[in-house]
Amino acid sequence: MTNAAHSVMIRAKGLHKNFGNRAVLRGVDLDLRQGEFVTLLGPNGAGKTTLLRILATLARPTSGTIEIAGIALKDARPTIRGLLGVISHQTFLYEDLNAFENLRFYGRLYDVPELEKRIHEVLEKVGLERRAIDRVRTYSRGMQQRLSIARAILHNPPILLLDEPDTGLDRQASNMLSGLIHELAIDGQERSVLMTTHNLERGLAMCDRVVVLAGGKMVADRAATGLTADELQQFYFDSVSRGR
Amino acid sequence: MGNYLRKVWAVFAKDVRAELRTKDIFSAMFVFSLLATLVFAFALPGKLMEPKEVAGVAPGLLWVAYTFSGVLGLNRSFIVEKDRGSLEGLLLAPADRSAIYLGKMLSNLTFMVLVEILITPIFGVVFNYSMWNPLLIPVVLLGTLGFAEIGTLFAAMAVNTRAREVLLPVLFFSIMLPVIIAAANATTALLSNRPIEDIAGQLQFIAIFDIIFLALPVLLFELVVEE
Repeated sequence: MTNAAHSVMIRAKGLHKNFGNRAVLRGVDLDLRQGEFVTLLGPNGAGKTTLLRILATLARPTSGTIEIAGIALKDARPTIRGLLGVISHQTFLYEDLNAFENLRFYGRLYDVPELEKRIHEVLEKVGLERRAIDRVRTYSRGMQQRLSIARAILHNPPILLLDEPDTGLDRQASNMLSGLIHELAIDGQERSVLMTTHNLERGLAMCDRVVVLAGGKMVADRAATGLTADELQQFYFDSVSRGR
Repeated sequence: MGNYLRKVWAVFAKDVRAELRTKDIFSAMFVFSLLATLVFAFALPGKLMEPKEVAGVAPGLLWVAYTFSGVLGLNRSFIVEKDRGSLEGLLLAPADRSAIYLGKMLSNLTFMVLVEILITPIFGVVFNYSMWNPLLIPVVLLGTLGFAEIGTLFAAMAVNTRAREVLLPVLFFSIMLPVIIAAANATTALLSNRPIEDIAGQLQFIAIFDIIFLALPVLLFELVVEE
């Protein structure tokens, strides 16, 4: 998918984030190109979620700069939010509303044109059209996560940020989700995807590039082409121990 | 502007729709205000329940019932969003965050006003005291608007803290106390059939408070909800 000539969709430079005296990110640099799928690996507490939250505009960095699609994050936060689709282990859904109502609500917030048509399209894409009028609380965890994907792609964002999207899913649901994410990454346009996961094998299967975050620093960055699962595991552990 | 208002409406309509399904917030507020009314009625010495005496205490007690049940609802409005993870979904939207604040504030205001519409006549029956005076409507609406404005901001601040249930009332009552006093005094004056001129100062004070505390959260909400 990667093409060096493609424009940079996310450029983070020298990102620092402190919570009180504790430094969670310590000078992180990251580029994500158009159409590129990057898997972000790292042990618990490495700062992966904090990095994604900053990129998603849910938190502000202590210092450093971010550009999303060439726009400085600090200058146009609402505009940039419209370019992002975020999927987390939390679904961001309202359990007492049905799938259609949830998507209609988010569609209104995102100014999605021809909203009803688009809702039917995304529900069909994630295989939930027949459950559109059932309340979300009646859905299984896997179905809720599929609806969460529908919510994230409703406005057709060019960038997807995925924070451990398969947490809490059984193997079957997790496989289905991976297939869906992979499909969405190459769906019609060349979406850029940044995904954190603890599942090295699954992360490798989908990505073009692997980056490793440890102790708040980016400690490794390499192309995934030709990398086997065993090699990735070795690469990951070496990188993490180097970063400590 | 139309686009901004559509987003305010979307948040408001979503809250109302979800509340119509669950009745979580409304039922908690209503039952609490009803229980508070009954506790006041039984706890007051018999002498204070005499028609002449009750006029002096009923308006204050009514506002205590309004405000305490209001705090209960305000607390729930963001806890529900936070615990279900949907608050972040809201914050990820490309809407000006003040639109989210205004939508939540309007839904909180609606739930509070509905509870007040129900509890006020019940309060009148329990205390055997006429609560009817059309001029009471602007006093209650202005006072409740102030609650909703400041309460929605503080509820958003408190929801990310560990002591959120405690923090909201502490913050809220520190700021709201002058409004509660002004509203209770205005209510006492109106129910004693004193002329409107007597409460003009109080109404003016509450209205100014409402304007200030509508402008401040609109400016500050983005900072309050971000890490």
